Amino acid sequence: MDINAILISMVSMGGLGILFSAGLSIANKKLYVEEDSRIVQIADELPGANCGGCGLPGCNSFAENVVNAKIGIDGCPVSTEDAVAEIATIMGIEAVAGEKKIARIICRGGNDETAKKADYHGIQTCTAAKLMGGGEKLCNYGCLGFGECVDACPFDAIFMTENGLPEVIKDKCTGCGKCAEACPREIIEIHPISNKLFVLCKNHDAPKIARTVCTKACIGCQICVRAVDEGAMFMDNHLAKINYDVFGKHPELPTEKCSTKGLVIIEHESQPTEQISI
Amino acid sequence: MKLLSFKKGIHPKEFKYFTCNKQTEVLSIPDEVCIPLQQHIGAPCNPIVEKGDEVKTGQIIGRSESFVSSPVHSTVTGKIKTIDSYLHPAGTKTQMIKIQRTGDDDWQLLDVPKNWQLASTDELKSIVNEAGIVGLGGAAFPTHIKLAPPEEKKIDSFILNGCECEPFLTSDHRAMLEMTDEVLDGMAIIMKVLGVKKGYIGIENNKPDAISQITRKIQKSDYNFTVIPLKVKYPQGAEKMLIEAVLKRKVPTGGLPMDVGVVVNNVGTAIAVANAVIDGKPLVERIVTVSGDGVTEPKNLMTRIGTSFQKLIDECGGLKEETTTVYMGGPMMGISQWDLSVPVVKATSGIVCRTDKSTNGTSYPCIQCGTCVSACPMFLLPTKLARYSEHKLLEEANKTGILNCVECGSCAFVCPSNIPLVQWIRIGKLKVGEMVRSKN
Ligand code: SF4
Ligand code: SF4
Ligand code: SF4
Ligand code: SF4
Repeated sequence: MDINAILISMVSMGGLGILFSAGLSIANKKLYVEEDSRIVQIADELPGANCGGCGLPGCNSFAENVVNAKIGIDGCPVSTEDAVAEIATIMGIEAVAGEKKIARIICRGGNDETAKKADYHGIQTCTAAKLMGGGEKLCNYGCLGFGECVDACPFDAIFMTENGLPEVIKDKCTGCGKCAEACPREIIEIHPISNKLFVLCKNHDAPKIARTVCTKACIGCQICVRAVDEGAMFMDNHLAKINYDVFGKHPELPTEKCSTKGLVIIEHESQPTEQISI
Repeated sequence: MKLLSFKKGIHPKEFKYFTCNKQTEVLSIPDEVCIPLQQHIGAPCNPIVEKGDEVKTGQIIGRSESFVSSPVHSTVTGKIKTIDSYLHPAGTKTQMIKIQRTGDDDWQLLDVPKNWQLASTDELKSIVNEAGIVGLGGAAFPTHIKLAPPEEKKIDSFILNGCECEPFLTSDHRAMLEMTDEVLDGMAIIMKVLGVKKGYIGIENNKPDAISQITRKIQKSDYNFTVIPLKVKYPQGAEKMLIEAVLKRKVPTGGLPMDVGVVVNNVGTAIAVANAVIDGKPLVERIVTVSGDGVTEPKNLMTRIGTSFQKLIDECGGLKEETTTVYMGGPMMGISQWDLSVPVVKATSGIVCRTDKSTNGTSYPCIQCGTCVSACPMFLLPTKLARYSEHKLLEEANKTGILNCVECGSCAFVCPSNIPLVQWIRIGKLKVGEMVRSKN
């Protein structure tokens, strides 16, 4: 092959390369946009899961908004206390330590506890089942058991037990609230970790019916409500509820008196020994 | 003559032979009725009676102040037993009033003019409202609202819907044969309220007896309605399809029939209007077709609203051993039931009991055959919509027109892969609706 052809192409391509790189480096100097270095620093402190729990498209966008003072530094529900403190230092403000939040499953009606009303063959998601006459379980208020919350969790912190109920892994749960959003029955609530007492049921049926629907149902006997201080608990249409503001650190917990033992204290969270994949 | 119809659609087996030649029987009045406070589209009623109150047949027991709502009436003469939440055939628990019957009917009738021809439209409209009349074809939209279109919509035609395109159901068919006078009077009253001159009655061609009977009666009367025989096709009875077939007008996407100057009402609704305006009787009973291979002796039953499904099925000899499914409504759009204690509501056109075992729900991947696309009478792409919904691509689903789906079920019916298309689309509609609302 003609050696000239090679030389010519080498020189011309090399020349073009030099020309463009010169152009680019000039453009870089002339058109440089100062980016707030704090954005990168803050983004480094964030979990980087882009879960959207803050209501923004992702962690970077959250960092931008913090710098522009459009959202509070504790706006990320997932960040640890340390991370929030770091962000506070970056922003040069005082950090107010938020309490860790966690998702709680407010229903104990698994396959063993609730009566089954029908065979459901439709689409195997909770929303689909709710639209089609409320799935298989007799309880009209409880968990449907198809695990839409599991799919929604960006941190793999929920799994379905063999009994057909979701369970939250305490250490993995960041309290981002995605599961609660996904659940069509509003079974999952995000609570500060210090809330330890729950009425784990959502059933508003009259006592006679509630009893037949599920062995763990709150039957509205009101024993708990009478046992605590005025206003600490209340009845909402056959269902006992806790007023956490008033309840505070109530010394005498009426759990033992609960007719169906549905009123429970979560003290030492049960840690799952094995995960069942669904 | 070439029969009129709409484009696309499907041809499910009709199964009308079970009950189409059976004279409607009157079901004995039950000892206990359970009246849901919500039997219509719109706001639920509030109870205006209390436990222990004595009520008469036809007395209003629940009403709401909202514009889109319809009062509910006691359908027996008796005593209020309880007001609590019970299972509704739509699948959820809702507030209902249970009434124990204490004796024979003691009617509380509406105040009606001697001659409706001379009454004012406002008077007629308020009678329709007070009588609790809603669309009896299944949608249960309050009729008095349909009869009061906004000023700017000029209505020029009225269509009476006698298609009854759902398989099995024959309640409208029997009504047209047995209550022809009421059907025509009711239609005339509705047309007077609307101030329209052109009235059409659309009937599918599989009811030749109804077509000839109605034509004969019209000739003998001074009414000037046109009977339009239509091709047998599903969903011929959907409002938009019916308007396309009869008047060649296309309801715009997202629009209502009144946007093209038309109001459509069902045959049963016309009868209810006639009963209310002429006899002063509120809507307390309707014809329910109990049919299907799963019930011993299929029948058409004139039933008080609030009667339990169980009583109707018992009247028909009970369920067969091999029955697998019971629907409220027809098999295309009906809702399957799991508890037969649910009451008949205003929208219960039929109870269909089937024995087929093909409902194990197994579905296969989409083979892109396009059959669903050729079936969809709304010119949608069901396979795409279902996938968008499955993968939560709500923006795309919205742009592809998911909200226009009328949930007729044609796509799922024809899909060779047995994909639950309508269920996915319904989920998508729910979520897209939420998204659109949150944006506004
Ligand atoms: S009764 Fe309570 S615990 Fe049982 S399934 Fe229903 S909501 Fe859950
Ligand atoms: S908690 Fe809610 S989302 Fe999770 S499985 Fe139960 S019903 Fe479904
Ligand atoms: S997409 Fe909707 S309107 Fe079209 S065939 Fe399916 S159910 Fe009917
Ligand atoms: S009919 Fe079923 S298999 Fe065919 S394109 Fe539609 S969804 Fe796919």
